[in-house]
Amino acid sequence: MTGERRNSFDVAVIGAGMAGMAAALFAAQRGLSCIQVGSGGGVLFASGLLDLLAVHPAAEGRQWQSPFAALAALAREQPDHPLARVDPASIRTAFETFVTALGEAGLAYAPLDERNRKVLTSIGTLKTTFGVPLSMVAGANALDALDAPNTPNTPPRCLLVDFRGLREFSARQIATTLADRWPGLCHGRIEFPGFEDVPELYAAHLARALETGETRDRTIALIRPMLGDAQLVGLPTVLGLGRCREVHAAFEAGLGVPVFEIPTMPTSVPGLRLLGALETVMSARGVRRRRLASVRALAFDANTGTATLDLDGVPGGERVSARAVVLATGRFSGRGLTADRGGVRESILGLPVHQPASREAWHQRDFLDPSGHAINRAGLRTDDAWRPLDMSGKPAWPRLFAVGSILADQDWMRSKCGSGLAIATAWAAMQQLADQLHGNTG
Amino acid sequence: MISPPRIQTQVLIIGGGVTGTALARDLALRGVDCVLVEKDDINAGASGRNHGLLHSGARYVAGDREAAMECCAEGEILKRVAAQAIHDSGGYFVAVEGDDERYIADFPLYCARAGIGTRAVDVATARALEPALSDRAIAVFEVADASIDPFQLSLESMAQARSLGARLMRRTRVVGLEREGRLIRAVRVRSMAGGEDVRIEAAQVVNAAGAWAREVALLAGAPIDMTYSQGTLLVTHTRLASRVVNRLRRPGNGDILMPGGTVSLVGTTSTRVDALDDIHPTTADADLIVEEATRMLPALATMRFIRAFAGVRPLLGSPGAADSRSVSRGFALIDHEDHGLDNLATITGGKLTTCRLMAERAADLVCRRLGVTRPCVTATTPLPAVPECEWTEPGRSAREWMRSHASDDTLLCECEMVPGSTVDAIFDALRAAGDTPTLTDLGLRSRVGKGPCQGGFCAVRTVAHLYQRGDFHTQHGLAEILDFFGERWRGQRAILWGEQLAQAELMEALHCGLFGEELRGEGLRRAGPPAAPNADPADKSSP
Ligand SMILES: Cc1cc2nc3c(=O)[nH]c(=O)nc-3n(C[C@H](O)[C@H](O)[C@H](O)COP(=O)(O)OP(=O)(O)OC[C@H]3O[C@@H](n4cnc5c(N)ncnc54)[C@H](O)[C@@H]3O)c2cc1C
Ligand SMILES: Cc1cc2nc3c(=O)[nH]c(=O)nc-3n(C[C@H](O)[C@H](O)[C@H](O)COP(=O)(O)OP(=O)(O)OC[C@H]3O[C@@H](n4cnc5c(N)ncnc54)[C@H](O)[C@@H]3O)c2cc1C
Repeated sequence: MTGERRNSFDVAVIGAGMAGMAAALFAAQRGLSCIQVGSGGGVLFASGLLDLLAVHPAAEGRQWQSPFAALAALAREQPDHPLARVDPASIRTAFETFVTALGEAGLAYAPLDERNRKVLTSIGTLKTTFGVPLSMVAGANALDALDAPNTPNTPPRCLLVDFRGLREFSARQIATTLADRWPGLCHGRIEFPGFEDVPELYAAHLARALETGETRDRTIALIRPMLGDAQLVGLPTVLGLGRCREVHAAFEAGLGVPVFEIPTMPTSVPGLRLLGALETVMSARGVRRRRLASVRALAFDANTGTATLDLDGVPGGERVSARAVVLATGRFSGRGLTADRGGVRESILGLPVHQPASREAWHQRDFLDPSGHAINRAGLRTDDAWRPLDMSGKPAWPRLFAVGSILADQDWMRSKCGSGLAIATAWAAMQQLADQLHGNTG
Repeated sequence: MISPPRIQTQVLIIGGGVTGTALARDLALRGVDCVLVEKDDINAGASGRNHGLLHSGARYVAGDREAAMECCAEGEILKRVAAQAIHDSGGYFVAVEGDDERYIADFPLYCARAGIGTRAVDVATARALEPALSDRAIAVFEVADASIDPFQLSLESMAQARSLGARLMRRTRVVGLEREGRLIRAVRVRSMAGGEDVRIEAAQVVNAAGAWAREVALLAGAPIDMTYSQGTLLVTHTRLASRVVNRLRRPGNGDILMPGGTVSLVGTTSTRVDALDDIHPTTADADLIVEEATRMLPALATMRFIRAFAGVRPLLGSPGAADSRSVSRGFALIDHEDHGLDNLATITGGKLTTCRLMAERAADLVCRRLGVTRPCVTATTPLPAVPECEWTEPGRSAREWMRSHASDDTLLCECEMVPGSTVDAIFDALRAAGDTPTLTDLGLRSRVGKGPCQGGFCAVRTVAHLYQRGDFHTQHGLAEILDFFGERWRGQRAILWGEQLAQAELMEALHCGLFGEELRGEGLRRAGPPAAPNADPADKSSP
């Protein structure tokens, strides 16, 4: 083994989705040496919006303006829900820490409030969320104004612009579906400069193109004549990748009105931004990343409790050891859970998965059934210290922790709490993990 | 009192499956004026929920020789007159270790007696040509099975009938048959779009409502002895074999694998059901098919499935028979004269393969009653190919798109390569015919939503495209995404494990996690101001 390549760590985080990223960040923050294994995960699909908790109870579809009021209700009514097991003050701190780190890496979020915000989506729904990227916040502010109780309520005139060939985004669709709610919406379509002959446009290509000043100026020049008396402009999420802040500012300066992005179907530019920013954060804090690797095998030494991880996807393979392990491998699309006709198992260690009795009970007959699908509440159950349980109901290993969407008793898709679940449980588990390590080292 | 709106015609056809549409064409070709009413859409019943196997007849040689011979003769006719809708793949009958040796030995004799051609194929040769076949295969026979696109068949039959004056009323349900003496004086129909019922006065009425034929006949007080058998089919992610593969044994569960473009269809099951309003594939159906078919095709054990669907076969005859497969698969033409009616006929049962013959027999009866002497010509008259009716063919949209690649013609469905121009063509054709097209109509007439994403991505893109065209003026387009994806979902839940479960989860993350589509429905509307003390007074939930 070469001296350069360190192979033993305080913490190994398996997974690089929102939960794995948060866990690695919080580990580094606490001064623990950390290796993180796994590729982008759900982050690549993410909208950039950081949901905390917007809907509760999910079966009633009730939306909350205060995520903390929603958390309080959740704690009363669903105490087993992983988010209900983290105290609200820690959640707040965890979010602040996460968003601050993103900001340092160039991905700015609007200051976190006590309340949820409403954001337009590309299909014309309004999404309730918590953390809003700066590039999207002007839209949320305008919606606030619409809702404000005692303003004279002339809705702000807003121009929505789309690009021919960007198939998942029709400005006309948004303006049409929200016409009742927001009468001042109008729409226009332009050819994206330099892509006139390209049939299908991809948001990421446009975002990269807008990082060059020339394309940016030409795009602004095409939009300007359409402005009329518009007081703000909405666009699909194409305002740059790593240089989003600069591109967004240039659009606002060039158009002379606030500009906001509207989250769109994946493949997702905000996801790429998040990933980029998180990687910057990780390397700045000394987290070792094995981006293309996956953990093939994980074993614990029964005497020392030390974990050994065998990695695939690294030339020649790699073996690392860690004093503690965080399992943030996600659900079915993340690969943390594996399902066949007979049932669900945890993919790496075969940990017992809390799940419905038979496959017939996994899914409702109606996709949008308000009670959600039982399979989405399957997952790992843990003790109070976030350690997954074995068959006998005891922690499987003293220093194995599980965080994020792999946890049982939650349905983040219906409760709109994906990022919240990831960030809050990563924070709480890292606290326990640090305590354990300190306890062990004396 | 104002009398309700009415329509007059010579023949009213109830049901727009392969039988009803073939009948409309047959009558139109004989110069008879007809109206076809369909409660849903073309092929919404069993005709859109089958294997698409143009039977050589070999499947039925032992149990139902008459049906076998009908299939054999009709298969040959359809291959001549409707070649554009048929892929003449050929088929194998395959026995594996443990299968009944007696049946294997007798099979060629049964076939010979029914006049059905078979050829024994050396197992090694068969496995070289179809590598997915099990190494435990012990006997293989080649037969003239083929695959047929029932959508193309029905849509083209209806298109020709309409070009000759026949009228089609989609989304219109027959709700009453007004009887006077020995005649049905009028048929009362109701449009799903709402509005007043319409009375249709027809000299003759043909009930071609498939499994619903019993319900329809009962509206005239005419009882039909019918039971229902549900059959489930699974669609694989990739194609396993280029030929039809049948299990060489008496018909049973999970014994047919069909090629379907880039996928295979495998089925089926046979379960008695009592009602028609709740037909859906179950996880038990899926398990049964996978377990049975795996014996012929071991790769199915680990195959990814993208969809399941179920249809109902009407079984005529004694409801007491224990095994629904032993009830005849032959068809029935009922003249209802014993029920005291002289202008109602019911044509039901049978198979996709025999739909032309069923239509011929029904048309003969109707023409005799009407005094029309022109003979049936559908056995010899080619079915004209109609471009708008061929978008269900796998790969066709893609080929057209490659050929004419215009820069403003973007792919909306990436799994199946369906471009905007195909969507435009289908929508425009429906509009030209006076219809209000929906995304679900598009799904039936094209391959949109039929790939691995099962509509999750392409429904979003297609609706954006339609909004941009100005097809939707309200929030209605969003409801269409939900309808369409919801329908695709019902076909998925029985096969959600492995990779397809991961895909479905991603789709839910998108549609619910990100877009919150479930919050637009009833849940939120119903919620109103909550009475609970923990109410969040500042909340103004979005519509
Ligand atoms: C379509 C979509 C839209 C979304 N929109 C929002 C939104 O609007 N708001 C919001 O807050 N959140 C959103 N999210 C993100 C969501 O919050 C997170 O994806 C979710 O919480 C799951 O995160 P996770 O980290 O638990 O799992 P995942 O993101 O699934 O990550 C699992 C990780 O584990 C890794 N892994 C698995 N097995 C191994 C192994 N053996 N070895 C190494 N690594 C392994 C995977 O590579 C992956 O990196 C969205 C996600 C999707 C998919
Ligand atoms: C699982 C399965 C697999 C099969 N596989 C094959 C195969 O591989 N090869 C083969 O040859 N055959 C096969 N069949 C048989 C074949 O599908 C049917 O025989 C054929 O489709 C019947 O067509 P139809 O037009 O008579 O009935 P249907 O297609 O059922 O049409 C009846 C129509 O009537 C409409 N209707 C009902 N009530 C009303 C009303 N009140 N008002 C207006 N309209 C009404 C319905 O909406 C429906 O569209 C299969 C059947 C099943 C169930």
